[in-house]
Amino acid sequence: MYKEILQNIDHVAIWPMISFFIFFSFFLCLLWWTFTVDRKYIRHMKEMPLENDKDNQLDLNA
Amino acid sequence: MELDKFSYDNKIVRAFIIVTVIFGLVGMLVGLTIAIQLFYPALNFDFQYTTFGRIRPLHTNAIIFAFVGNAMFAGVYYSMQRLLKTRMFSDTLSWIHFWGWQLIILAAAITLPLGITTSKEYAELEWPIDIAITLIWVVFGWNMIGTILKRRERHMYVAIWFYIATFVTVAVLHVVNSFEMPVNWLKSYSFYAGVQDALVQWWYGHNAVAFFLTTPFLGLMYYFLPKAANRPVYSYRLSIIHFWSLIFIYIWAGPHHLLYTALPDWAQSLGTVFSIMLIAPSWGGMINGLMTLRGAWDRVRENVVLKFMVVAVTAYGMATLEGPLLSLKNINAITHFTDWIVAHVHVGGLGWNGFLIFGILYWVVPKMWGTKIYSNQLANIHFWLGTLGIIFWALPMYVSGVVQSLMWKEFNPDGFLVYKNFLETTVQIIPLYMIRAVGGGLYLTGAILMTYNLIKTAYSGKFIADEPAEAAPLAAVPAATSGGWHHRVLESKPVLFTVLAFISILVGGIVEIIPTFLIKSNIPTIASVTPYSPLELHGRDIYIREGCVSCHSQMVRPFRSETERYGEYSKAGEYVYDHPFLWGSKRTGPDLHRISGKYSDSWHYNHMLAPDAVSTGSIMPAYPWLFEQSLDLEQTAPKIRALRKVGVPYAEGYEDTANEALMKQATTISENLNMEGIEVAPQTEIVALIAYLQRLGKDIKSEKVAER
Ligand code: HEC
Repeated sequence: MYKEILQNIDHVAIWPMISFFIFFSFFLCLLWWTFTVDRKYIRHMKEMPLENDKDNQLDLNA
Repeated sequence: MELDKFSYDNKIVRAFIIVTVIFGLVGMLVGLTIAIQLFYPALNFDFQYTTFGRIRPLHTNAIIFAFVGNAMFAGVYYSMQRLLKTRMFSDTLSWIHFWGWQLIILAAAITLPLGITTSKEYAELEWPIDIAITLIWVVFGWNMIGTILKRRERHMYVAIWFYIATFVTVAVLHVVNSFEMPVNWLKSYSFYAGVQDALVQWWYGHNAVAFFLTTPFLGLMYYFLPKAANRPVYSYRLSIIHFWSLIFIYIWAGPHHLLYTALPDWAQSLGTVFSIMLIAPSWGGMINGLMTLRGAWDRVRENVVLKFMVVAVTAYGMATLEGPLLSLKNINAITHFTDWIVAHVHVGGLGWNGFLIFGILYWVVPKMWGTKIYSNQLANIHFWLGTLGIIFWALPMYVSGVVQSLMWKEFNPDGFLVYKNFLETTVQIIPLYMIRAVGGGLYLTGAILMTYNLIKTAYSGKFIADEPAEAAPLAAVPAATSGGWHHRVLESKPVLFTVLAFISILVGGIVEIIPTFLIKSNIPTIASVTPYSPLELHGRDIYIREGCVSCHSQMVRPFRSETERYGEYSKAGEYVYDHPFLWGSKRTGPDLHRISGKYSDSWHYNHMLAPDAVSTGSIMPAYPWLFEQSLDLEQTAPKIRALRKVGVPYAEGYEDTANEALMKQATTISENLNMEGIEVAPQTEIVALIAYLQRLGKDIKSEKVAER
């Protein structure tokens, strides 16, 4: 029943295919980017949450 | 270089923290109450405002939107300012957000016990409140995006990505699922019907878990766990990959809530496949969290904040492995509708959300009051009470789920059901319900200890309302730390980022939902299925008001064990006039989709008045008020008009004569009852409810007769 209705839309199968393709390519780019990105950048990002504490003498957990 | 001097707004964080704690206690207390009602129904005092079906949504809404929601806002407001090196965009917006959200919670706390509900899980609130939620959510997003735009830090830390995705997705989910046609100020009918309504609802329900209970808390984990451990996150690369794959895959997995139902097969398979894929990004997050603590496990032993966080992240890992397993059809066949699912949810709720919140509170309160935690020992006791609480909560429910499910499915050698009477399977699991309540009690006790501890902590310090800070303005920061053009485009432009996140969740949603819109008029029509009569309609609305759906399904799955017990399995075409759908997600009582004709009117009458007297040992609550209250016949016409607008084919002008038809049907039932010595006025609510129950499955049964 579903197939019939979907078949009535022209080339319905192409839409999921296209969206899958877009996302897959996006993903590949993302992978490529994460592995080629500058190390300095990664280090900077990693330390970001900790930065504020430098001027914060009250480290409860230290 | 000239540094800007500014301050972080701690007042708004404090406000959200206070309500988090208060609503946490309230929500857990309501939860404990309904847990006890399940083995001691009299705890509702036969009072309609405390009956199980009405306060179960109160519990879920209080925990999700009041406890977890407010905690999310507290954490977001705290971390966002610091990660972006700026105060929030607008203090006014912050406070509108705060008070608006609390008013919504208040509205929920009033309407739900009154039985004002749409009955769609985690979206129970009626349409005026839905609109308020939309507005306040926009205020939150506006404030957030504004803060991002005026930041003093070029790069957005991954936590911020999670917050943006949360904002965008929850907005889409809420709007799409809340399409409803008002009948009056406090009542509406879902725009969607039957299968379509179910699909939209579980697309929403699933993603509410994903984007209200998961993504914001992953963001909080990425900020507060490194903070508490005083070491950077294990792999920032992993966090990026994990982020994008999580939001992309999550949105497709909703149909796993509807396996073996009347939902089309392709949608069910889609749900299963994406659920399995979801293991990868979920575990990416867990591994990243736990590995952050590598080499620091000795500190975990001493530091109660880290202890809470480790259990939270572990619980996240367990729940996200279990979820995909439960999406496998053969496992789902056993676990669906049982207490297993309830246990699964609570590993996530008590373990992941609860423990992460406790950890954050124990860390952030001393910070904001410039002091140390009042009692480390009390916090440790809380930790152990909480952990034991989770164990005593979840284990008995896993056992209960399996035991009851196997009993439902057990056949004797002659091919008959061994436990033909549903109640026999309920009685078996009552002791487990009692143990579960003990678990809940332990957990709540821990939370009470925490409240005391935090108050004492606050009093021992001095609140830092505006924490001074300084940073270079953005324009002055050299771009030396940048990761190249491609990355700058993506992450230094928050608007572009937001749009991308929006598109990635939208595509998943559209591909999943559009096809069901297309079939709306094409669900195999069953000629004998007709719209509800006016009396049945009133009865159905009583069923919705009383939350019968929280204990009873209306979905006979195509298994022999179910068709033997209940009758013919349910077809998509039977629900075309169901606004909203009432398939249910938990069978504390038997399925009711084929209940018509199984019992006499007088049986229902007596059963609803005193279930225990009719079915000895029943844990179904009594509904004495249905025997005193009368139908509001004024509402018949607006109801019919509203339903016609969403597509139910009531003839034009039918509303003018509907009450006559209603009285006629009601009088027949009341005369029927009269013959058995029961005196009841036709307008009484119970009559409408009986009419509705006697209608369920009738159409299909009459079709069978006609065929013969
Ligand atoms: C706390 C859970 C709970 C709630 C809420 C609840 N029920 Fe029940 N119900 C049960 C249980 C358990 C049984 C099985 C024992 C019995 O017959 O009472 C049952 C049985 C029934 C039966 C008999 C089904 C059969 O096939 O024998 C009907 C009809 C019914 N309930 C209707 C309702 C209606 C209508 C409401 C809402 C007004 C409601 N129930 C609310 C738990 C519940």
